[in-house]
Order: sequence, then C-alpha cells, then structure tokens
Amino acid sequence: MIELSSVTKTFNSGKHNQFTAVDGVNLTIRPGQLTILKGPSGSGKTTLMALIGCMSRPSSGRICLHGIRTSFFTETDREAALDITSLPERFLTEIRRSTFGFIFQQFNLMKGITALENIMLPAYPTGESQAVFRRRALELMELFAVARHSSSPVDWLSGGEQQRVAIARALINNPAIIIADEPTAHLDSKLSREFMEMVGTLKAQGKTILIASHDPLVFDSELADCVVGMRDGRITDIAGSP
Amino acid sequence: MNTPLNRHGNILDFAISSLLRRRSKNFSLLVVYTLIVFVIASLIFFVQAMKREAGLLLKEAPDLVVQRMIAGRHDLIPDRYKEQIGAIRGVTAVTPRLWGYYYDQVFGANYTLLVPEQKLVEPGSILIGPGVARNQRIQVSDMLTLKTSSNAPLLLTVQGIYPSSSELISSDLIVLSAEDFQAMFNLPAGYATDLAVTVANPQEQTTIAAKIAEQFPDTRPILKSEILRTYDALFEWRGGMMVVILFVAVLSFIIFAWDKATGLSAEERKEIGILKSIGWETSDVLLLKFWEGIVISLTAFLVGVVLAYGHVFLFSATLFEPALKGWSVMYPHFKLTPVIDVYQLTILFALTVLPYTAASIIPAWLAATVPPDAAMRS
Ligand SMILES: Nc1ncnc2c1ncn2[C@@H]1O[C@H](COP(=O)(O)OP(=O)(O)O)[C@@H](O)[C@H]1O
Ligand SMILES: [Mg+2]
Repeated sequence: MIELSSVTKTFNSGKHNQFTAVDGVNLTIRPGQLTILKGPSGSGKTTLMALIGCMSRPSSGRICLHGIRTSFFTETDREAALDITSLPERFLTEIRRSTFGFIFQQFNLMKGITALENIMLPAYPTGESQAVFRRRALELMELFAVARHSSSPVDWLSGGEQQRVAIARALINNPAIIIADEPTAHLDSKLSREFMEMVGTLKAQGKTILIASHDPLVFDSELADCVVGMRDGRITDIAGSP
Repeated sequence: MNTPLNRHGNILDFAISSLLRRRSKNFSLLVVYTLIVFVIASLIFFVQAMKREAGLLLKEAPDLVVQRMIAGRHDLIPDRYKEQIGAIRGVTAVTPRLWGYYYDQVFGANYTLLVPEQKLVEPGSILIGPGVARNQRIQVSDMLTLKTSSNAPLLLTVQGIYPSSSELISSDLIVLSAEDFQAMFNLPAGYATDLAVTVANPQEQTTIAAKIAEQFPDTRPILKSEILRTYDALFEWRGGMMVVILFVAVLSFIIFAWDKATGLSAEERKEIGILKSIGWETSDVLLLKFWEGIVISLTAFLVGVVLAYGHVFLFSATLFEPALKGWSVMYPHFKLTPVIDVYQLTILFALTVLPYTAASIIPAWLAATVPPDAAMRS
C-alpha cells in the first residue's frame, strides 16, 4: 500500500519561475490494484509518479510505503510504514530498484544493445548472478512474445515490440509495483489494447499497477480499480475504490 | 546470491557490450593506443637489453686502461711504459693491447680489429663476429681480404665465427694475430694501442691511476668505473625518457580528448539518464565508465607490451633498424636477452592506463549526477 498525505512538489522554489506541479495530494494506492492517473497534459501526473517511484522528493507532505521488502530493513519492519520522504538517496535507489518497475512514455531503451540486454539492464548492479536473471529475462521475453528478438539490437524492433521489451525490463527485478507513464501514447489502438491485455496479466499475477494516461482506452478499461482525475496538480475526483 | 563480485562482473559485461556498439570508433582507438604503447615499450625493452649487453661487455674490461696522449690525442704507447707501470706497487699485471677500426669500402662496413691478450689465432687466420660473416657472406675456412694501409691486400682465413647469441660487440669483430695487425696498419714494433692494467685491490684503483698520471704526464689512465659511466651516458636516457614520458602523456591526453569530445554526446548523456531512472546508482554508472576505460586502456597496454616484447626479443627490434643508423650495417642480428624493467613498465602503465580511465570517468560523473526523474521527461 502506498499512502500520500498532503504531497506537494514545487519546482524552482523561491525563483521567479516557481511552479507547483503537484499540490496537496492525498491518495491511497492499494496493493494488487490498477490505479490510473487521468488528466490533461501538464496536470502533474508524471511529477506525482516520479515522487511515488522514489525518483524525486516532495517539497512537503509524506509518502509512506507499506509492506515492501528492502535489504536494509529488518523482518519486523516489513509491515510497518516506511516514510520514503526522509530516506537518504542510497536507500531510495535501493527501493526504486527492488520495488518499482518503470515503463516510460519514450520506452527509454538503449540503442545498439540487444533486446535481452536491455531487459537485464536494471539487474546488472544488483549483484545477482547473471545466469539467474538472464533466465528470468528470457522467460519474460517468452511471455511477451518477443523471444525471437532476444539477440537483435533493440532499435531494430517495431514500436509494439519495443514496448513489450520495456515492460519486460520493468519486471526483471520482480517489483511489487509497476509504474507506467502514458504507455499508449505511441501505440495505435490495436497495440494499445494489447498493452491493456498485458496489464491484465500483470494484475492477475498480483502486481500493483499505476498508470498515468489521458487515453480513454486506458482509463475506461474495466481492469481499472481506481481512476484518479487530476488537474493543475490537484486531484479533482476519484472513481472506484479510493 | 547477490555479491559485489557479481555486480562487477555484470557491469563489466555490459561495459563490453556498450563498447562493441561503437565498434569502429573504439577499435581504431584501441589500435592507435596499442601502437603508442608498442613503440614506447619497444624502446624501453631495447634500451634495457642494450644496456645489459654493454654491462656484460664491461665486466670483461680491465680495471684500468692507460692511453698515451700526444697533443691531446690518443696515440700509440711504447712498450717500455709497461715495465715502469708494472713496477708501481699494487699493480698485478700490465698487458699491452692492440686494437683498432677498419672500414671496408667494398662492403661499406666498419669492423673492429682486435688482437687477443692470449694468442687465439696464428698469423694468416682470423675469428670473426656473425655480423662480419653475414656482411661478407663468408663461412669458416673461407678467405677474407683486407686492404693494408699501404694498399696491399692481406688474405686471411676464417678459422671460426662467434655464435650469434654472443654479445653486441662480437657482431663486427675480427680477431687476428699481432703480426697481421701490425702488417695491416704498418705499426712500428714495440708499440701498443693502449695498456690494460690489473690492480689487486679495487679500492686502490683511483690512487694508482693518480700515480700513473703523475709519473707519466703524457698518459691518460681511464678507470673501469669511468668507462661504465660513459657507457651509461651513451645509453643515458633519463633525459630521453622524460621526453618519451611527456610524449605518452600528451598523446594519451589527445586520444582521450578526441574520444571524449566525440564521446559524451547527448546520446551518452541520455543513456546515463536511462540507467539512473531504472535504478542504477551514480556509483554504478561510474563503475560502468571505469570498466569501459579499463577495457580499452588495459588491452592497449597489455597487447602493446606483448607485441613490443616479441619485436625486441624475438625479432631483434627490426623496426628500429632504420631509425638507429648508428649501428649501420652492423646492426645486431642476434637475439637480445630479455630484460624487463618493472619500474619503467610501471611508469608506462601509470601514464597510459590511469589518465585514460580517469578521463572516462570524470565527464560521466558530471552527467551521472542528473536526477533520476529527468529521463521521464525526455
Ligand atoms: N523539472 C521541472 N521544472 C519546472 N517545471 C516542471 C518540471 N517538471 C515538470 N514541470 C512542470 O510541471 C507541470 C506538470 O508536469 P507533468 O507532471 O509532466 O504533467 P503531466 O505528466 O500530467 O503532463 C508542467 O507544467 C511542467 O512544465
Ligand atoms: Mg507526463
């Protein structure tokens, strides 16, 4: 479970171009659910997801994670809330690596590197044995029907295939939470539907999923448990289980 | 199991994949780099090996050599000096020596002519160095014709050829009898080129040299240690080494600058952003860049040094032949005995591998401090 209370993110604080992208957000994201952030461009969805995903820190407010596994918290702490807003950078990276899988709007794949290596990329610095995560990566490629491209440079793949590689990469470290920012922005309707099918698969596996999108194909999907409307950095409405 | 060793291995693996993407650029970089290391390591090996040869040579040299000087120039020394110097206390033996140089106009080569202290050959016979044999295309029992200073031909039979594994000096050497030597140069009897003096106690060498200089103002005694020093000066390359070091440093700097100027592009910057966004720490990115730098520079260093070793010790530094015209026709064709100066190789290592690796890391370090969410907005 992720709990946000009065989370605010202000850019360029104190300067003439000061801008509050996320403004006093209170939100609970339940485990195993598909939560969708819906809102026009510039409404603060990406900023909010970066905060949740331990990529940046809020200017004020608290973000608590419940029931996550980390190497630096002992057994007894696991069910306790972990306030990520006050953690040192190193721990944030560790949480980001072990708990979150990211699917970016631009896929953010590495050109010239094979699809397989792209998928393995988040696992390299964990110190896990390569043989082990290579097997996992190949299974994921199998699952997303891109196995035959495993040794092709990733930039040779089609847009839909690249997205599936990006999803596989998000899953390589077995994260509990998947974060996807505008995942269908570069896909046609057919591929977008395929993407939502894959989201269904992940949900069935028990993953917590957070998607930011202004694509009706996504936020009108019946897979969605909770749709959070946003505008100007604020939550306007919450549909489904809050 | 998650281990730091795995982390290094994984990131090294990825560094190699990453380098292979820009295959032609990195390969040409590696070639140029290897070439530089090769040339410098060859020089180091060559000079060390030559120094060793010279050192061996001088071990055989006499404690003290007495030359006669006339008008400031080296001249023949009369045999009577032998008795007088031999009478000085502390002197064990005085041996007159006969040696000189001969230029063969037909073959365009310089030979060293030497009469051995102990008689090795009868008049009419000679022993020659492998360089002479090669140059004259002669074998044992062939005839060699030299021209005396009165322009008469002197026919000599080759009685033996020094093995090609022997020292530098024997390459251009002709060992002949005193009679033939005197005939060659029309020397008056009772004269020698110089005197070799043996001193019982090495600590007395300087005192005896001073005594000789005092008693015979027209002579110049030369101590073995002085010869050693002159030889050292001949191969003295501290000055040269500095130039070389500077050269390496500047070149590796140029290489890395060329590489990095074209290297840390928007593309690479973006890649660092991606890595950070998917959970790589700044230190992981730096480790990647470290391995990328090490792979290039260490490979260049190792390959360059191994090639240089082969070049100098297996192929007698053939590539230096045209550059070191000093040895001219008599360039040594024997195999040099391998000598490795660890100290100098360490300096070479420090000046090639370290700056390049550092230069790979530093710009990446600046780029790797970008916040991880930057990649979400690219
Ligand atoms: N690093 C930043 N500095 C200044 N303003 C920013 C920065 N990141 C985002 N913003 C601004 O915050 C607002 C919200 O952006 P974003 O979270 O990307 O919205 P969305 O993803 O909903 O389109 C935008 O107006 C954007 O210009
Ligand atoms: Mg956005």
